[in-house]
Amino acid sequence: MSEYVMGILILVCVNLIAVLGLSLLTGFTGQFNFGQAGFMAVGAYTAAILTTRADVPFVLALLAGMLASGLASFIIGIPTLRLKGDYFAIATLGFAEAVRLLVENLEKITGGSRGIPRIPTYTTLPLAIGMVIISLALVAFYVNSRHGRNCIAIREDELAAESIGINSFYYKQVSFFINALLAGLSGGLLAHYVGFIQPSMFGMIKSTELIVMVIFGGMQSLTGAVFAALLLTSLPEVLRAANAWRLVAFGALVVLIMVVRPEGVMGTWELSIGNLKNAWKKITARKIPAAAVER
Amino acid sequence: MALLDIQNVTKRFGGVVAVDTFSHELEQGKLYAVIGPNGAGKTTIFNLITGIYTPTEGKITFNGENILGLRPHKIAQMGIARTFQNIRLFPMLSVLDNVRTACHKYAQYSILEGLIPTPRRFRNEKVLTERAWKLLELVDLTDRAGERSKNLPYGHQRRLEIARALAQEPKLLLLDEPAAGMNPDETQGLMDFIERIHETFNLTILLIEHHMEVVMGLAEDIAVLNFGRTIARGTPEQIQVNPVVIEAYLGSEEN
Repeated sequence: MSEYVMGILILVCVNLIAVLGLSLLTGFTGQFNFGQAGFMAVGAYTAAILTTRADVPFVLALLAGMLASGLASFIIGIPTLRLKGDYFAIATLGFAEAVRLLVENLEKITGGSRGIPRIPTYTTLPLAIGMVIISLALVAFYVNSRHGRNCIAIREDELAAESIGINSFYYKQVSFFINALLAGLSGGLLAHYVGFIQPSMFGMIKSTELIVMVIFGGMQSLTGAVFAALLLTSLPEVLRAANAWRLVAFGALVVLIMVVRPEGVMGTWELSIGNLKNAWKKITARKIPAAAVER
Repeated sequence: MALLDIQNVTKRFGGVVAVDTFSHELEQGKLYAVIGPNGAGKTTIFNLITGIYTPTEGKITFNGENILGLRPHKIAQMGIARTFQNIRLFPMLSVLDNVRTACHKYAQYSILEGLIPTPRRFRNEKVLTERAWKLLELVDLTDRAGERSKNLPYGHQRRLEIARALAQEPKLLLLDEPAAGMNPDETQGLMDFIERIHETFNLTILLIEHHMEVVMGLAEDIAVLNFGRTIARGTPEQIQVNPVVIEAYLGSEEN
């Protein structure tokens, strides 16, 4: 495998980990987060500062990045997740911008807008894939647990969920926390793959890209999240020959999906042995009338 | 001691007094009804009991405990379940999962166990499924257990919403216009059903209803509301001949 393809695959994994968190928070719990890149930045900078300045082992630095990002989720979540409406979404938007500006201005610690160079490149493809598998398994188990059902209930009807004794604030905060941990992990892996981070990598564009992946793949499908991260991360690279037009094609594809299939590519469908069997039955069932006609 | 004790509760929305010094005591095991013209404040009373609104003035105690200012899920956990006037199911969840979600307090496994499979999680989920299945049998919806609840016909959705409320094993059940939009046959079926759950679970029920045959046929005690005030209270026989009630519904006779 060429280094180039391997690089794209690592980026797919990095994006996918952040998208899985968003899928849980936005897709399954119904809370829009427009500032996912801000949480990635917290994870990336925490981990990168620890490995470059303090020679902290990579694994510990990644964990510290995750925890810092998780901590940030409480700072944003506790005041805004109790409220109904769009306050939370706006707060995440503001948070991401605040993080970016903070990083730009704390030059002594973060290197300001010039960023942090010479970060050791510890992130390898097997490590990235391993992290994806662990994250995917944890999120998949979670959404199918009683806690995951409570999250879906809150998304479907928060008032009704409260009326059957579900503490909606608690479950929203847990989803937000798990989301932030995954975003922090994603940021840490990114920093130690690219070897260099700067504030502009974690702007509005990055946040938008990630939430577009969740919506594109299907808000209530982890399969969709995997599919979207794979396609939408690699597509701009595949279309690199078309140069300036590739981002237009990217945008057009997203618009097309939203018009043709607003629930996202996968909708609510999940890849599982049972669902594959059902799909196979549907395909084979169509052939039976034809056989009957022959007789 | 009354199971639910509402004392002089008032709710104002700006200048509008939706509920005006409303008092009511519900005894354990009885079936109550609140009736009144549209806009009389009936649903507001439900929202005050369940914590969706906080009263401007007054006191509400349940089982001797003050429930004023508690958040809705706390009040639900104490044993007050409700249905909504405009059905509020979880549309994308299956019929079974709608009820299973409401059974969640009967599973103890933690958030961490939600992230990984453990034997306890497996056992707990089995208990939830069994509980939910029994309730679906009670409301006769087992044949549609796997369907999304939004695809059910209206009458089935009403029954599912009641099953979801019963899944919490409440002490008090609040039914907000359960017979709304039902034809006479369905209404009769619903009345038999409410009668049955009232007896089998020894439930205290408070219902809001516009169908008079439902109210008169089921309730032992009726409160009549108009413009947020209680204008009459008594047995069905007393209410039917009460001149104040007749005036509120039909207007006064001209001399």
